Amino acid sequence: MRFFSDVQLTYARACRAVLREPSWIIIGLAQPLFYLYLFGPMLDNSGVTRGWPAGTSSWDVFIPGLLVQLVLFNCAFNGFALLSEMRQGVLERLSVTPISRLALLLGRAGRDATLVIIQGGILVGLAIPLGLHIHAGMIIAALVLLALGVGLSCLGYGLALILRSEDALAPVVQGVSLPVLLLSGVLLPLTLAPGWLDDTAEANPLRHTVDAVRALMLGSGSAWLGIVVTLALSVLLVVFGTRRFSNTEDMRIT
Amino acid sequence: MIATHALRREFRRSKRAEPVVAVDGIDLKVDPGEVFGLLGPNGAGKSTTMRMLTTLLPPTSGTAIVAGHDVARERAAVRRRIGFVAQGGGTDSAETARAELVMQGRVFGLSKADALARADELLGRFSLTDAAERRLGTWSGGMRRRLDIAIGLVNSPELLLLDEPTTGLDPASRAEVWAEIRAVRDAGTTILITTHYLEEADELCDRVAIIHKGKVARTGRPDELKSQVAGDGIVVTLPAGRPEAVAPVVREQPWCRGVDEVDAKTLRVYVDDGSRAVTDLLRLLDSLSTPVITLTLTRPSLDDVFLTATGHPLATAGI
Repeated sequence: MRFFSDVQLTYARACRAVLREPSWIIIGLAQPLFYLYLFGPMLDNSGVTRGWPAGTSSWDVFIPGLLVQLVLFNCAFNGFALLSEMRQGVLERLSVTPISRLALLLGRAGRDATLVIIQGGILVGLAIPLGLHIHAGMIIAALVLLALGVGLSCLGYGLALILRSEDALAPVVQGVSLPVLLLSGVLLPLTLAPGWLDDTAEANPLRHTVDAVRALMLGSGSAWLGIVVTLALSVLLVVFGTRRFSNTEDMRIT
Repeated sequence: MIATHALRREFRRSKRAEPVVAVDGIDLKVDPGEVFGLLGPNGAGKSTTMRMLTTLLPPTSGTAIVAGHDVARERAAVRRRIGFVAQGGGTDSAETARAELVMQGRVFGLSKADALARADELLGRFSLTDAAERRLGTWSGGMRRRLDIAIGLVNSPELLLLDEPTTGLDPASRAEVWAEIRAVRDAGTTILITTHYLEEADELCDRVAIIHKGKVARTGRPDELKSQVAGDGIVVTLPAGRPEAVAPVVREQPWCRGVDEVDAKTLRVYVDDGSRAVTDLLRLLDSLSTPVITLTLTRPSLDDVFLTATGHPLATAGI
């Protein structure tokens, strides 16, 4: 079908751009690696495993959050790359062709999601010797993260199309991602939080994603709420991104 | 190939702000096979018009049929049939020319093999084969513009739209781009260009629409437009003081359409047919015992057309 070949074309083009500068894969991994080695060890005796089944290590609680953080930072910040394509007129040129708008978006978002899955795989691999336990639910967790990656990537691109400059995009993305991150229990589980903070975090969809990924990777606890919330969020964000991409008025920055 | 009716586009800075009218009811008819130029200063509404014709920008009101399809209701059909080269181009400086051409072909539904064959054909035709695998960031502006045109032709469009195709190019590159555009026309493709260069409109276009403040001020063949304006001019320099003395007599003559005393020594005479009036003028001046020091015959330029149509010279009209 035309649509899938359009997605594949955009995906391949986006992947070529990464392969030209593969160092970005490592640069995007740098921050989580700092957290892994410079923050993770502190959790060993912190009691984060309280309430989890016996034998659960602090890494089992910490790594799922770190994976969500990886997805958030690498996907929501991708709008900057789109700004350069807008400036060069590439996006406008492709807009005057029969290519599907959704494909223009999903090809890119799919590339971003693929990248974070690769980065996440590296992160998990490095965490196993530290004490992370592997469970089959991790496969489903990867799919949940993939969906989240596609959604957040669409958000990043949609915001780039609206804000149209690095100066406007950076504070918005940074200003939103930090509270979202803290309110999702990425660094420490929200079970440690006082009641009011825990309640506030309930409204944050990413909190449920983190809970679900944690439950899936541990093979313990219910993940359904988190899976449904994540998928619904991703669908919403894809719709948002597609609407921005369908508006061809502002595809170029001059 | 293009027919617009009362095409209009407004922009609003915010929801409550008064709309700014960029294109104010444009009627255009472009025939198959011609090179049609939209001539006007920056801000006249040329690019906005072109962006509506390419489906990028929905019109506020009015209609436009491009290659047989409505730009507002049949956007996909229009996009399949046209090629568009934007002012700043549309290629990624990290990519190669071949990759960009293949991408464009694939987007239009060509198979991988067909897209590659089409890319190589166009690279050859635009003399870009040698640079095909070099990153576009290393290319010169003229080469990049030729590639932009090649990309616009990948889908063998019925209509090629070029927004300011030679802006920012040096004279040699400009001549090259003109040659390419003529070759495209000779191959049967209709071409619409926007330009604020008079020579470009004059050299390249079969017909021109002069756009001023969002409206069409004049439409026609360049020579036709020029002949509608004040006709030819004859500029003579005479001994100091003489222009003042002879001007009233010259003004009386049946072949004279107007006289300008440019300065104390220079007289500009407007006539319908310069080559015939020269003899009449010389004979007259001779009979008035006025020696002629120099004489120049000037044909009207599109600049004069622009001036008569809009009341401003093109160079300053946008400001």
